[in-house]
Amino acid sequence: MYGGASERFLRRRAFWNRVAAYLLFVAAAASVLVTVGIVYVLVTESASFFEQVSLVDFLTDTQWTPVFENARFGVMTLVSATLTVAGIALAVAIPAGLGLAIYLSEYSGPRVRETVKPLLELLEGVPTVVYGFFALLFVTPLMQTFMPGLSGFNLLAPGLVMGIMILPYTASVSEDAMRAVPMGLREAGYALGYSRFRVATQVVVPAALSGITAAFILGMSRAVGETMVVAIAAGQNPNFGFDPTEGAATITAYIVQMAMGDLPHGTIAYQSVFAAGIVLFLITLFFNVIGFYLRRRFREVY
Amino acid sequence: MKPEQAQPDLARIIKANKRIDVVMASIGILVLMMAMALLVSVLVDLIASGWPRLFNPDFYINFPSRHPEKAGIVSAIVGTTLVMVVTAAISIPLGVAAGVYLEEYAPRNWLTNLIEINVNNLAGVPSIIYGLLALGLFVYSFDLGETILTAGLVLALLSLPVIIVATREAIRSIPLDLREAAYGLGADKWQTVRLYVIPAARPGILTGAIVALARAIGEAAPVITIGALTFIAFLPPPPLQSEPPFISFEWLMSPFTVMPIQLFNWVSRPQSEFHINAAAAGVVLMFMTLAMNGLAIYIRYRLRKHMR
Repeated sequence: MYGGASERFLRRRAFWNRVAAYLLFVAAAASVLVTVGIVYVLVTESASFFEQVSLVDFLTDTQWTPVFENARFGVMTLVSATLTVAGIALAVAIPAGLGLAIYLSEYSGPRVRETVKPLLELLEGVPTVVYGFFALLFVTPLMQTFMPGLSGFNLLAPGLVMGIMILPYTASVSEDAMRAVPMGLREAGYALGYSRFRVATQVVVPAALSGITAAFILGMSRAVGETMVVAIAAGQNPNFGFDPTEGAATITAYIVQMAMGDLPHGTIAYQSVFAAGIVLFLITLFFNVIGFYLRRRFREVY
Repeated sequence: MKPEQAQPDLARIIKANKRIDVVMASIGILVLMMAMALLVSVLVDLIASGWPRLFNPDFYINFPSRHPEKAGIVSAIVGTTLVMVVTAAISIPLGVAAGVYLEEYAPRNWLTNLIEINVNNLAGVPSIIYGLLALGLFVYSFDLGETILTAGLVLALLSLPVIIVATREAIRSIPLDLREAAYGLGADKWQTVRLYVIPAARPGILTGAIVALARAIGEAAPVITIGALTFIAFLPPPPLQSEPPFISFEWLMSPFTVMPIQLFNWVSRPQSEFHINAAAAGVVLMFMTLAMNGLAIYIRYRLRKHMR
């Protein structure tokens, strides 16, 4: 039935079928190489750093002066500023994000939701350098008018701006979690005579709690890793402390500052950038793993 | 209890509940307004501060300069465009292929699991860490230097997880019937995927790719880390040339600057004249990313209408 031509066609088709499957697999596996590359670079470069600086000093010293004659490397200096900014951002994003998510999932109609979500995406699309510009040259001067003690570089303004910046993300992830709660649970609440408010706060929010927690943990991870807002508006002095009215360098701001200064390859200052990087990577990895675990859990329950 | 006695109580409870509903809805709308107010005030502030430079044609055709009133963004615009060409050329094929593999081909085993967890994790890695990867690996180990190619590569890796996730979601929404119809007509797997599944998923994939590239345009951190210069007073060699072989790839190895870095440089200077330039560059950058995001939202909106 098959002539030679169609047999050749079938053979060629089978060949391309196999080649395509193989190439597609290679593309997917390439993404693993990216992670391997990241870990490889961070580990090898900071290995030579930790040959010269003890891990104890790195974690307990409260001075970070890598380019001084008497260089000291207490990474907690950078971590304290990082956590302060991220804390301020979350103090904005948690209540606002939760309020917005409850509103979108339990109160607004589908029409409002369809208009609001693209708008929030636009907000997410604003480049972070622009937010940095805004925090430094708009928010800080504005706040200085009623907070005279505020320095020109401070942690408060970038923290607040970052809070609204991560709001769309936290709100949309928590809204997804709330919408995944089965209608039956809400109906059971209404059947017991609960008001809409009680259904929202005592049925939906507790049922979606792991997803909502995941949203804020992932938001925290974003705030910790956010770079340009703090590099522009938080200043570049490594100060140990949690005072939001003073400027201080975060981990990310330090990396940017050193990268701007054209570092000689192989020096301790160059390696310190990677040591700071590995700390940042581990902090965000920690939050991401918890966040993904919680998110997966709420998906599995319903 | 007689109904006449219960009624006033009930009415009060219902009234109180309705009041709470109004309060809750106002909180939601208030937060929304706050977010929108931020977006609007960012835009208004940028436009107002950048006004003197924004409508000056010199701003768009001049190179950076020590004199703020002469400085322009031409090298940044060209740099951003070329870097994006490299990024798109790498991240879109790679990301779509990986997404297709994970949705259509991947067997359920530990390797697939590993790849999936890995993609999820990559999406959460801060962009500056990608910059460190590029600095340690591309700039020094592969010796690519601080070039357009390096920047394009690092932004491609950064966009990869976004494109993979978008591709997977787009493909997942294609009904099984379509594949079965193709198989029923005698198509094999690759023909089905290439001729039916990918074309059907194209709007969704396109949306994801545009969003990813819009994000990459605004990224400064990884590009700063590889050591992009801010004072570039020349353009990379043109890709098309008058003599054979007509096409040149020298521009890939050229030093460069991009929009967000130019903006960062200007905003970090103490003189406020440079802040005007930064604001004007911010307007241009915002326009680029908002236009791309708007396009993506529009495509998705049309897609939804089409599906209904």
